[in-house]
Amino acid sequence: MSWESLAQLVTAATEAGSSIGQVALRQEAREQEVSEAALLKRMDEHLTVMQEAAHRGLEAPVYSQRGFTGGQAPLLARYAETHTTLSGKETVQVAAMATAVMEVNASMGRIVAAPTAGSSGIMPAVVTLVAERLQLPREKVVLSLFCAGAVGMVIANIAGISGAEAGCQAEVGAAAAMGAAAAVELADGTPHQVAQAAAIMLKNVLGLVCDPVAGLVEVPCIKRNGMYAAMAILAADMALAGVESVIPPDEVIAALAEVGKAMPMSLRETAQGGLAATPTGQRLMAELQASSHWGSSL
Amino acid sequence: MRKQFSSLFDIVGPVMIGPSSSHTAGAARIGALARRILGEEVAKAHIILYESLALTGRGHGTDLALLGGLLGLASHDPELVEAAQRASAAGLTVSWQLEQRSPTGHPNTVYLELWGRSSEVSTYILAESRGGGKVRVVSIDGFPVDMAGVHPTLLVYHQDRAGAVAQVGAKLAQGDINIAFMELARTERGKDALMVMELDQEPTAEILAEIAGLSVVTKIRFCPPEGEAKL
Repeated sequence: MSWESLAQLVTAATEAGSSIGQVALRQEAREQEVSEAALLKRMDEHLTVMQEAAHRGLEAPVYSQRGFTGGQAPLLARYAETHTTLSGKETVQVAAMATAVMEVNASMGRIVAAPTAGSSGIMPAVVTLVAERLQLPREKVVLSLFCAGAVGMVIANIAGISGAEAGCQAEVGAAAAMGAAAAVELADGTPHQVAQAAAIMLKNVLGLVCDPVAGLVEVPCIKRNGMYAAMAILAADMALAGVESVIPPDEVIAALAEVGKAMPMSLRETAQGGLAATPTGQRLMAELQASSHWGSSL
Repeated sequence: MRKQFSSLFDIVGPVMIGPSSSHTAGAARIGALARRILGEEVAKAHIILYESLALTGRGHGTDLALLGGLLGLASHDPELVEAAQRASAAGLTVSWQLEQRSPTGHPNTVYLELWGRSSEVSTYILAESRGGGKVRVVSIDGFPVDMAGVHPTLLVYHQDRAGAVAQVGAKLAQGDINIAFMELARTERGKDALMVMELDQEPTAEILAEIAGLSVVTKIRFCPPEGEAKL
């Protein structure tokens, strides 16, 4: 069995009197026939990989394999330290960390797809920054990743999680909903609030297109991870404040799937529309193809 | 019916080398799976990349990922970046071809023709990278299949005759090996056919030898599951 609706997750957690992360862990252990301890250890290793990527990208500039992009994360991190930021120091820091992971990803570095490589910056940034802010133990962060995973699985099985299927709303959008859900759980919100945070986030990604320049996971993916990591935390705050989505969470996911199907092919990971179709996007694509040497690392 | 996403580790995971789960991690997995199907070290390969992989694969390190996979590197191994150097050091020669129209209709399709170190072993495979690092082999040596390589998989090339499946099944049962999924493909009725059996347990060398020795069987390949080091 896999999780098929957020309502099902909320009910299961509420009836068990535990968090969504705990019921998701229990279910996964039953399904995979392994101990909860083994799964926690495995997820702990995932968290380590996430944080290693974040640190690598923040410490020094990292550039993509073809040198198109990179080096933006340390700029943001330094700015957060040295300037009076407009959006708040922590907002800039969360954006910096998400950007860092995505720059490492583009450099052929090691990351955790969450749910995809193109949206891998959001989860590490959100859970790390929220845990720092609330001074939470690592075990709680690991458990929150199970909550995020369960929320992501519902989205994945209803709308898909590839830009080719449903646009960026199903990649960065799904990651941001997962991040918002995990953040609520870290702050000891109720299962109902977890689902509300996911819904609030997803309502605000509807229609987000997948328009990568030259088809690469760089422009706009890297900065988009930074922006949506910050928004995920705001969505969590809204849910924790008691803000309610008028449209129930599962109906929001169904709407996301519908919008994805209605998206033209040119805006679903084909590099034929949106930013990819701009004059600069087209020029970068042509340059890339002219300089391709297959089977060499140059 | 297998649900597309059934584990939380499909969602918060896999651990992989970037930048793309479909174009990098999936490509590495296809390379590694093709090597396991071949069953020995790869000496020579001809690789055709179709559609999206041909168009954007270079910028995603698809070529390095495939090379790394053929060398036996996992999709989370940082050594993938060095795959080109490692391939030349290992004496693996590869020719590349880029094509527009995928023969399967899936935009992320790869064709691999592989020759093993021991010269008489070769195979040709069509595989699709389906997103999130998930892959499917859709054709082996011309037989249409649907194989993920997640379970230990036994490929039995045999004559399309009554009782062939029962004979192979009986040998597996002797070894207390359960068949999780299975499919049959044939070129034409009564001619060459292929059984693809995804197993819950790994058969011993003795059982494999007994299956290979059945008169109805022409050849077997055993493809072990992806390594446990999948983090």
